[in-house]
Amino acid sequence: MVNLVSRLCGKLDPLSIDDYRENGGFKSLEKALFKMKPIDVIDEIKKSNLKGRGGAAFPTGLKWQFVFMEESDEKYVICNADEGEPGTFKDKVLLDGCPLQIIEGMLIAGYAVGAKKGFIYIRGEYPKSRELLIEAVDRLKKEGYLGKNILGSDFSFDIEIRSGAGAYVCGEETALIESIEGNPGRSRFKPPYPPNKGLWGKPTLVNNVETLANIPVILEIGAENYKKYGTESSSGTKLISVSGSVVNKGVYEVEFGITLREIIYDICGGLVKDRNLKFVQLGGSSGACIPADMLDLRLDFDELRNHGIGLGSGAILVVDENTCVVDFIKVTSQFFQHESCGKCTPCREGNYHLVRTLKRITEGKGSERDLELLKNISDVMEQCSLCGLGQAAPTALITTMKYFKEEYEEHLKGYCRAGKCTFKGGVLDD
Amino acid sequence: MTKVKVFIDDKEVIVDEGTTILEAAKKANINIPTLCYHPDQKIKGICRICIVEIEGQKNFSASCCTPVRDGMRVRTNTRRVREARKSIMEFILARHDGDCLTCIRNGNCELQKLSEELNIKEIKYDRIAENLPLDESNPSIVRNPNKCIKCGRCIEVCHDVQGVGAIDAINRSSDLKILPGLYEKLSDVACVYCGQCINVCPVGAIYEKEDIERVWDVLEDKSKHVVVQMAPAVRVSLGEIFGFKPGSIVTGKIVAFLKAIGFDRVFDTNFTADLTIVEEGNELLYRIKNGGKLPMITSCSPGWIRYIEFFYPELLEHVSTCKSPQQMFGALAKTYYAQKFGIDPKDIVVVSIMPCTAKKAEVVREGMDSSGYQDVDIVLTTRELGKMIKESRIQLEDLEEVEFDKPFGIATGAGAIFGATGGVMEAALRTVYEKVTGKELKKVEFTALRGIDEYKEAKVEMDNVKVKVAVVNGLKNAKMILDMIKEGKADYHFIEVMCCPGGCIGGGGQPIPNTNEIKKKRIEAIYNVDISYAIRKSHLNPVVNVLYEEFLQEPLGHKSHQLLHTHYINRKN
Repeated sequence: MVNLVSRLCGKLDPLSIDDYRENGGFKSLEKALFKMKPIDVIDEIKKSNLKGRGGAAFPTGLKWQFVFMEESDEKYVICNADEGEPGTFKDKVLLDGCPLQIIEGMLIAGYAVGAKKGFIYIRGEYPKSRELLIEAVDRLKKEGYLGKNILGSDFSFDIEIRSGAGAYVCGEETALIESIEGNPGRSRFKPPYPPNKGLWGKPTLVNNVETLANIPVILEIGAENYKKYGTESSSGTKLISVSGSVVNKGVYEVEFGITLREIIYDICGGLVKDRNLKFVQLGGSSGACIPADMLDLRLDFDELRNHGIGLGSGAILVVDENTCVVDFIKVTSQFFQHESCGKCTPCREGNYHLVRTLKRITEGKGSERDLELLKNISDVMEQCSLCGLGQAAPTALITTMKYFKEEYEEHLKGYCRAGKCTFKGGVLDD
Repeated sequence: MTKVKVFIDDKEVIVDEGTTILEAAKKANINIPTLCYHPDQKIKGICRICIVEIEGQKNFSASCCTPVRDGMRVRTNTRRVREARKSIMEFILARHDGDCLTCIRNGNCELQKLSEELNIKEIKYDRIAENLPLDESNPSIVRNPNKCIKCGRCIEVCHDVQGVGAIDAINRSSDLKILPGLYEKLSDVACVYCGQCINVCPVGAIYEKEDIERVWDVLEDKSKHVVVQMAPAVRVSLGEIFGFKPGSIVTGKIVAFLKAIGFDRVFDTNFTADLTIVEEGNELLYRIKNGGKLPMITSCSPGWIRYIEFFYPELLEHVSTCKSPQQMFGALAKTYYAQKFGIDPKDIVVVSIMPCTAKKAEVVREGMDSSGYQDVDIVLTTRELGKMIKESRIQLEDLEEVEFDKPFGIATGAGAIFGATGGVMEAALRTVYEKVTGKELKKVEFTALRGIDEYKEAKVEMDNVKVKVAVVNGLKNAKMILDMIKEGKADYHFIEVMCCPGGCIGGGGQPIPNTNEIKKKRIEAIYNVDISYAIRKSHLNPVVNVLYEEFLQEPLGHKSHQLLHTHYINRKN
């Protein structure tokens, strides 16, 4: 474990500007405003090799550069605090623990890309965090950290807090933008990408909470020092939320390069009641399910990608042998069926048919054909959906069908090895 | 513009940067199937039928919304692509009632056509079509939610083109539905029944309320004297249903058909269009002379009337009190015509053939019974007429052309151009000019008012008065001009508003497809009809003049007011 990005969380009053300043707060902002040109800031972020912590892992500096290069009378910075991925609660720790650091990151981003206005889009299910942010913004305005001519510089920047009505898809950047614009949260097709045409058609930078919280750290210690954390392809640290059958659930800041095994057994104290691990779902419900024999995979964008796995939000759900894979996937699919925006055909209809088919299998009414259907539906969803939600919704299914195919097949014969699925004639023995 | 080179199915295509794959493929004569795409609408990218494979990319891309990159290699016709398209199509079909044989769009349905083209033989997925009730709450339009494929075209036309917003997508995921607001019924919301949603719907999810059987019934009933009128815009579009090129003029063939199936008299709405011009022209002159409410706005488009009644009732005084040509016809058919030919008006049935769905609602409006009966009984759209012709098995192309009956078959070119945006205004100017100046108008064409531009204006010198007029089509543009009036910025004397884009030739009852390209051709034909008339000014229509002498006495007179004028309703609340 490390204490880099989250070092102030829980250590001081999250709303105290004085406490924050005493702990080095706003030094990075001052450095940016008075010692660096916007392009220098962008270069520094690029040098740090910071990749977006929301899930897509796009190089942050490059994204900033895209927005910077757009000519426009108006540009926006959006902090994506719509943390809704099941099993993910790491942004909440930052939002509650160091809101000023996130806002400092936004200010630096605004300065770098040439935006004067920012929005924090926070999920409606985090009402207390929202209140905290409102208060933080209010105090920062009074202290001259927000508003016109920040700290006497030429840079002006304001922040508004917006929140959604509880739609998971609003974490997807274009749906989020639609929601801020007052429309139903449904994704737009890309391109145009938000850096070119985002909020109200203007160049818009959308960064995750954790990404923004990294910014003051990078400027403070410098890109070179920052890169000492993590691996070559994945610099810095990652906040991970660990849940499921582990002894010590929670949010931890770890360096990239750590293995899943180290996280689960060293940091989290292993599985409850010493149960056997069945799989780990990485990155929330939209993430891959990794079987126990792959636990030595390291937390590293490239290494994971080589195995066809994304890190996503960094959530780690530990699933033990008492869980039925098929039942688990059914519940996951139900979540996505509920949360699909319904705009594009593959996601709108695909999720529906996945749930229907999985239900049939868990009820002991499945057939070989249903397994083919699952494969077919998930392929179409993954390859043809309009946005990331539809594309990623079947990831867990696809990976479990790859690693736990035999369990699906057992269900067709009326057998659930975890004893979770209720069949007509009760649970049958092998 | 920077050019880029792309390879689509190994064909090299050079296109402007920013061109979509779909457009680039079209250029290379490669046909990619589409469904949510409509040539006159924004790109939606939601149905995903137009997916293609891009080299180096794991996922497919929707070709309608993916711009090409230099050197891009695209495959539109691999097994993977075909299979994925089929699966997407099957997703749609699984939720669709699949009731093609009894569907109003049978034979003219994009989903049906695509299903055939993709060679769909089975639907792998569970059939999940729900048997939801139809919305038949209003006189004009039926919604069948069981056929909706959620392509969003109707929403776009209703919101962006008409600025009405009567329908929208509600709920999410598989519960997503396209509904009138938060209600279930069109009659519960501010729908103007323009039918533009019908024109863009790829399937049979929304359509006109069919009245064909009612017409067959009255034709069978020997105790009835059934007369029919045909609107100007029908004659230039109906032929499309039978394979004629858009813009073919089939007036005489339609008249022949209508006579063949037993209508007692076949008349021309162009006649009452002329009458409308005389009444409306005089109303305008009266308003100018007597300090009446200006600008005066036309009143012949019933969708437009519903729009102003819903959204700007405070401006209703600007609207001419003249009934539409359809309604003037109905009122005269059951009074003047009945008297002249000694027919009991209770036995007269008036049928209209209109390019419009809102006309079906217009006939049952309050006050449309000044003859003592419902003035017009049944309205058929152009499409319904097409269906009747098919049903009768009479071959339109084989019919000898026949002329309209007298007296209401005598019309002028001015009446004919009512069918295109700007036509009413042009017709009115031809009359008003001569009334004001007492001089002959030599050049009758007001070309500035022609074409499908959304907003046109002209100034006409009449003695010492400069008459300033404007023409808009599509309700979004009507809204714009109403806002100008509210802000005191519309210094016009007369404004023509047509509810539908392009005017009646683009009406909600016209043959589908009803694209801008096709509308342009229909407009061209309308002006050719105009030229074909010996008389091109409404006030010179000899029968109109006889009508005044024998019956109405004078424009804006007592009888005219009683039969030819109407009042409006505030529907805002």
